[in-house]
Amino acid sequence: MDAPALRLGGIACTFVARDDPGQRYTAVRDVTLTVGAGEFVSVVGPTGCGKSTLLNVAAGLLAPSVGSVHVFGDPLTGLNRRAGYMFQTESLMPWRTALQNVMAGLEFRGVGDAGAQADAWLRRVGLGGFGDRYPHQLSGGMRKRVSLAQTLVLDPDIILMDEPFSALDVQTRQLMENELLALWSAKKKAVLFITHDLDEAIAMSDRVVCLSAGPAAHPIGEFAIDLERPRDVAEVRVTPRFVELHKAIWSVLREEVLKGYRQQQQIAA
Amino acid sequence: MKHLRFWQGGLLVAVFAAWHLLTTPGLLPNFMFENDRQAAFFFGEPVKIFGRIWNWFVANADIYEHLWVTLVETALAFAIGTGLGLVLGLWLALSPLAGAIADPYIKALNSMPRVILAPIFSVWFGLGIASKVALGVTLVFFIVFFNVYQGVKEVSPVVLANARMLGASQRQLLRHVYLPSATSWVFSSLHTSVGLAFVGAVVGEYLGSSRGVGYLILQAEGAFDINTVMAGILVLTVFALALDAAVGRIERHLMRWQPAAGETEKL
Repeated sequence: MDAPALRLGGIACTFVARDDPGQRYTAVRDVTLTVGAGEFVSVVGPTGCGKSTLLNVAAGLLAPSVGSVHVFGDPLTGLNRRAGYMFQTESLMPWRTALQNVMAGLEFRGVGDAGAQADAWLRRVGLGGFGDRYPHQLSGGMRKRVSLAQTLVLDPDIILMDEPFSALDVQTRQLMENELLALWSAKKKAVLFITHDLDEAIAMSDRVVCLSAGPAAHPIGEFAIDLERPRDVAEVRVTPRFVELHKAIWSVLREEVLKGYRQQQQIAA
Repeated sequence: MKHLRFWQGGLLVAVFAAWHLLTTPGLLPNFMFENDRQAAFFFGEPVKIFGRIWNWFVANADIYEHLWVTLVETALAFAIGTGLGLVLGLWLALSPLAGAIADPYIKALNSMPRVILAPIFSVWFGLGIASKVALGVTLVFFIVFFNVYQGVKEVSPVVLANARMLGASQRQLLRHVYLPSATSWVFSSLHTSVGLAFVGAVVGEYLGSSRGVGYLILQAEGAFDINTVMAGILVLTVFALALDAAVGRIERHLMRWQPAAGETEKL
């Protein structure tokens, strides 16, 4: 059997306050997670449970305190060169036009026909005529699509996504989700998708992993999503099987969400 | 504002008109001075000042040599100071250890009143161009340096992480992320520093030289020729404005990516 695209083994991340080494915060602990080649895995969990931390570990941007990361069987050192990362917040370079932003990765790698490839991808995400616009001249949804093209133009084997559509309105969001699914099913890359939206997770994924509330968040449940593909994220939500899965996962997640909420209230008080 | 230029020009004319009325002997009855020549002696007369400028540029055409020297000094001080500030700013901002070691020294050098270095520079570099350039560089360098330093420190960590994930090497990060991010800070500093490069050149000339506009002003002051002093100041001001406008043009060209407030057009 082939090695999984991504394997996090027994990951723990403890952050130490720079000015006070006694202040420690363990974001995640004992997280073991695999994403098979071509598999779409979502991680859901209450807010502030360390989902982004896990993604940064998978990307190689953050070294775990304990545990190992394997990419296609090889231990990860430094940045994960086989992964593309779509960030939650604005990550486009504001001094580059949409087209230049999409080109950036190819340019860094010294690819010859970067312009043509980037243009093709801009068209694919529906921004054919917007190549010469700067990010501030685009709407939030358009910027997200540029980010998507920027990540996917490099054709990464693993795609890491950190709540990529959380800032979008519902309609734009469903459009983007469907676009992503279409692009993914054409290429069948491994996807690790972080979200706080259970509906989104079920509608998109092959597998949903639930994380407990932080600190020391860890997986508390794993659900295979056996909905038929291709899916339409809007239509699939009303199928009986979806509702069933939603109920099952929510019963596991609810307690953790409440716990996370209470903790945040305590900190606030 | 369609009439903006008109009002700006009007203000200029009004200032010179008031100046003319208040200083020309015999035009208005004396209310400040006992002698009607005193106002002209203290403040100069616009008509004579412009006559002086006319002589410099057209009739005698003898200012070009001096102006050229001053402009060369300014341009060199500006270029060298900006270059040094950029390189050192990038280096110290990107290398935390070097930055931490140099930090108190940079602050100490910056808080030193640098104009008093001018005589020392004259001793080191002679009375020619070099000593004026050196003074200008000390003024320009710190402004650019601190702005570049700040600009690099304020690079968005997400944009940086994204560029790294896209495969940028250290050099590419410098070229494609740190530099463009620092440019907006650099440009805001260039407007200040172009003026200071001028100040460095003129003050340097003023303190010891044989050529340059600062030298002309010094000579005129020695002879109590207030009209020539004022004419020199006017010429310097116009050239400082022109340099600032040139920086502004380059800035507008390079900073197209920055959002400008209120970009809609009224139809």
